[in-house]
Parts: sequence; C-alpha cells; structure tokens
Amino acid sequence: MNPAKVAFGFFIVLAMTLNFGFFIGDIDNPDHHHVYELFAAIVVNLIATVLKLGERSHIGATLLASSLVADLQLVAGAVIWGIAEHVSGIGLTPGVTASIVSLAGGAMLANIVSVVLLVIDTVMLNR
Amino acid sequence: MSPVVHLLLRQLRAPMLVLIVAYAVAILGMVLMPGVKDDGSEWHMDFFHAFYFVSYMATTIGFGEIPYPFSAAQRLWAVISVYLTVVAWFYAIGKIVALVQDATLRQVFAERRFMRAVRNLTDPFYIVVGYGQTGALLVESLVKHGRHVVVVDKDAERINNLALRDLPLYVPTLCADPSLPDVLKMAGLRRPNCKALVALAGAGTVNLHLAISAKLLNPRVRVICRSESQSIADNMASFNTDHIIDPFDTFSRRLFTALHSPCLDTLYSWLTGRGMLGEPLDPPHGKWILCGYGRFGKALYRRLQAEGIETVVIEATPEKTGWPEGDAECVKGRGTEAVTLEEAGVREAVGIVAGTDDDTNNLSILMTAGMLNPDLFMVARQNRHTNAELFKTFDPDVVVENSRILADRIRLLLATPLLLEFLAAVRHSGERRAREYTAGLGGLLGEAVPEVCEISIGDNDTPAVARALRAERKVCLDDILRSFRDRRRNLPAVALFLARDRDRVLSPDGGAPLRCGDRLLFCGVRGFFERMRWGLLRDEVLDYLIEGKPTRTFLISREGRT
Repeated sequence: MNPAKVAFGFFIVLAMTLNFGFFIGDIDNPDHHHVYELFAAIVVNLIATVLKLGERSHIGATLLASSLVADLQLVAGAVIWGIAEHVSGIGLTPGVTASIVSLAGGAMLANIVSVVLLVIDTVMLNR
Repeated sequence: MSPVVHLLLRQLRAPMLVLIVAYAVAILGMVLMPGVKDDGSEWHMDFFHAFYFVSYMATTIGFGEIPYPFSAAQRLWAVISVYLTVVAWFYAIGKIVALVQDATLRQVFAERRFMRAVRNLTDPFYIVVGYGQTGALLVESLVKHGRHVVVVDKDAERINNLALRDLPLYVPTLCADPSLPDVLKMAGLRRPNCKALVALAGAGTVNLHLAISAKLLNPRVRVICRSESQSIADNMASFNTDHIIDPFDTFSRRLFTALHSPCLDTLYSWLTGRGMLGEPLDPPHGKWILCGYGRFGKALYRRLQAEGIETVVIEATPEKTGWPEGDAECVKGRGTEAVTLEEAGVREAVGIVAGTDDDTNNLSILMTAGMLNPDLFMVARQNRHTNAELFKTFDPDVVVENSRILADRIRLLLATPLLLEFLAAVRHSGERRAREYTAGLGGLLGEAVPEVCEISIGDNDTPAVARALRAERKVCLDDILRSFRDRRRNLPAVALFLARDRDRVLSPDGGAPLRCGDRLLFCGVRGFFERMRWGLLRDEVLDYLIEGKPTRTFLISREGRT
C-alpha cells in the first residue's frame, strides 16, 4: 500500500462528497446549503489540486485540469455569496442561492470526472 | 515540460499544503469564536470577514479588530492563528526562494536561454567546445572578423570569463558537459547554418568523442580537432575528421619557419593580421641550443635535423623524455644555470631556443644565456597568454605563443582555408618567392595589416558574376578588381591565389576569364572588400566594370547583400 496514494484518493473522493453535500437540496433555498460545507469543499478541493501538482503522467495532467475547474467554480460561488451578503447587501435571495448552487453543481461534475479518472487509473494499474 | 520542472512542482506541494491547512484552520476558528457587539449581543464572524482578517494577520500587515473590538475568545484564537499562519508563511517563502535558487532549475533556465539564442542565429556559425587559452583567443579573433560563435565548456569559471570579455558580437554560451550528444544538439550542431565544430576540450579522448559524435549527428559539418597523441589523431582521421591539429607540430613548424624562411614568416604574420610587413628577421647560421626536449622540443629537433642545422639539446629530465637518437650532443640540466649553458657551448652558439613548458624557466634561460653571450639570437616559447607582458618587456628576437598560433591556424581553417593553401604553395616554391611577395605586396598595399578574404564564384558569394557567366559573358579577374566609382582605377587589392578544380595558381593572371566554382583569395587595404562586393552583387555595377558603359547613378541600397 502506498500512503501517498491513500492520501491522494482520500482527498479526491472527499472533495467530491463534500461538494455533493453542499449541492444537494432545493436549488433556491438557502436553508438547504450551509456555508460551512462550502468552506470545507473549497479547502479540500485546494488540497486535492496541490496533491496533483507535478504529476508527469497524462492522466495526472487531466486530473489537475479537472481539479482546477472545480476550484474555479467553487471559488466563484463563494465570491458571489460574499458579494451578495456584504457588498451589495441583497442577501441570499432565491436567485443568488440558485446561482451559487449551480456553480457548485458544475464543480461537482468536475469532481466526478476526477473520481472517474482515478478509478480508470487504478483499473489500468491492475492490468 | 522538462522533468526538472515536474520535480520542482512536486516540491512545492508541501509548502502549499501547509499554507492551505493553516489558513483553513485559522479561518474556521475565527468563524466559530463568539464575539460581543457594542450593544452586548453575541455575534459570529462570517467567512468573508474571517478570510479578510486572516489574510492581513497572516502576512503580518494587521489592520486591527473589525467590525467590532474582539472578545477574549476571538483574541485567544487570533493569538493561536498568528503563530500558525505566520510560521506557515515563513516556511513556504523560504522553500520557494530555495527552489528558485536551485542549481538544477537554474541550469534548465540557462539551457532554455542558450537554445533560444542559438535558434535566433541566422548567419553561419561555428561551435567552439572548450574555452581555454586557445579557445578564448580563437573566439575573440573569429568574432572580431564578424563570425558568429557558440561556446560550450564544462567549466563554469571559464564561461564566466567569457561573459566578462567585451566582444563585438553576442556569443551564446552554455556550461555543460559537451560529451553528451544532447548538449551538442542544443549548441545547434544539426542546424543548417552550423558550419563547423572546433573541439578544444582538454583531454584528447574528449575531443575524439566530440569528433565522432559530431560526424554522426551531422556529417555535413566540418570538424576541427586538437589532438596531442598520434594514436588518437589516427583514430580521428579514420572517420573523416576534417582537420586534426597537433599543437606541438604546429608550434614547431611555425618556429622553424621563423628561423628557416623568415620572409615566409613575415608574410604569414602580415596576412594573418599579427604584424607589420617589416624587414624580415635574419637568423644567423651556426650552432643552436635547444632547451627542453619534450613534445615541442622533439618536433622542432626533427625539423632542425632535417635541415642539417647543428643543435645541442639541454633537457632537465632525460629519463622521462629520452635523448635524441644518433650522436647528437646533449646536456643534462635545466638550462637556467650558467654551468649547463657553458657545457652546451653557449659562447660559440649563434642562437638559443627556450622551449620548455614553463614560462619562468624560459625567461630565466634567455636572461642567463644573454649574459654569457649577448649576441645570441633568442627564441622564446610563451606558454601562458597572461605572461605576454613579461615577454614583451624582455623582447627576445622571436616569441612563439602556443595558444595564439593554434588559434590563428584554426581561424584560417574556418574562415579563409585558401590562405593556408596559398602559404603552403609559397613555401613550396621557396624562400625567394616569399621575398618577392613581401616586397611586392608591401610596395602595393603598404605595411599596415591588410584585409584578406576568400570568395568562391557562384550564386552565394557573387550572384552578379554568376549570372553574367551563365549568360556566356566573359568576366576577368581584372574586371572585379576595378573601382566601381571609376573603372579606369583599380581597387587597392591583389588576387593572391586561384583554386580551380585541382589546379592551384599563385598570383593568377588578371586577363584570364573566371569560371563558376573558382575560389579566389584576395588581399588588400582594409575596407576594400566592401567596395569590391558592389560589383559582385549588383548586375549594373558589374556591367559598368566589364564594359565601361556609362550607367545611371547606382542606387545606394543594401538590397542583395548577403
């Protein structure tokens, strides 16, 4: 067992599950989407991205790309949240919530791609 | 991306992870800590403000406690966060700075810069491997003659020396092991405008390796190699290395020329730009003393013996070098002491050659000998370029400087190989011919160092002449030597040599028609070639030179220049 691979797989899957946890619920209901969950999803996603830095294989490069996409979408969601709450002051209206959650949904797709790639990589390794 | 960049990114993982985790913990803690508003009610910082606060706290900027003064719980967490995040930052910054200074990474960047510089060279260029004394002199003289050079050396200090030199052209340099084929490829060995590789690396086997790699990677490139051992030289010759230069043979031949055919020697130094066309030396005939019987001494001794010149050899360590064969006179000793010199018969000798591989000993030999016999003709071998000042002050009759002679010869091989053929032909026809040349050329062109250039009649060097010849017109040597301002006058230049197929003609006849493929060697007053090129490159100028028909004023333009 390679401990580095354990950490790698752990963070990639955790990034997806946290992302899913934040995403699930009515799209425009702020009560279904907790800010702590978004925070955790962003942190775990950043860690997963850094773990992929410097991978030389082609699959490593694709993993890095999908991870960057997820980071970008989640950070964009967080920025919208911050602007709505503090800069414009309109608060979490159903419209704002919907756009934050849909961005997180996009990030989740990217995270699913990451996990699929990870599975493919593992299967290829066993052959 | 190169493997090194991947490795560096990998090493960035740890500092970045530490930063992310430290920030996450600090931000989360700030959100969880209860605060107290001005009106006494409890509040919690949101993520936006927590990120803002941690950002300026971690970077030690510190704007203060916002939006309300902190509660004790928040301050407690702020204290913990300060140590957590600031230490994480220091660690990350230290790591990143160390990575930027990493030797492997810098080598990668140096290689990229070098490759870009080589790619940007569009003119023909030469690769010089080994920037020692000879390499430095060679690069300098090539660059001064407007040739592009790329330098590779293993030794970083030598490469730094080059950076300090004030050279008129940019010389791309790389500090790397030249015996790796990749390094040679980076130096542009496979580029179409790479003309030659000069191998001057220290050890003979390295040069051998360079020669064979160069010939395999690009058979079209000329390879010039230094080799001090016969077996390596034979090995090099076996796979068509174009020129193999034995430094000892080269110095001894040059020195022998100076002693035996002074006019040829004067001609040689004048044409190679090393001296004025003055009165040739007049070395005396009689007994000579040769100090030092190493590789140089042996090569010189053979030549002196072949001419029947009486020579006494002085050698300090004959058990290592051996004695000359036959009944030659030999004295054991350094030659720096009067006793040894007396024993060798310094008082009856006419000349002395201080040819050891140590400059201090050479100077000492000459000074001692000069005291014993002031009329001696003195020849000094200068080993180190840095000692030039000492030899200049002492001023013996002849100074042979190893690296300079070698560098000059290689430059001629690269830039004007016809000049070497010309000098060999003059040597072949004897000292009288050389005297005629020195007298004749001096009268025509003056004594200052001339400009020497080689052209080959064809589309590259002389497109106008090539077009005229294809049109079956007659172009003579005299035609292209006329001045384009007034064709009745001649340019201050002379054609020295003509190479046509296998024929070699000294001082070719001006009235004879030129042919495509002819190679010509000219020598003239500095700057003549720039004027001669007008006729070689532009049809209307050539028409005027040949037929003298008055033409419109030539449009002064630089088009058509190569």
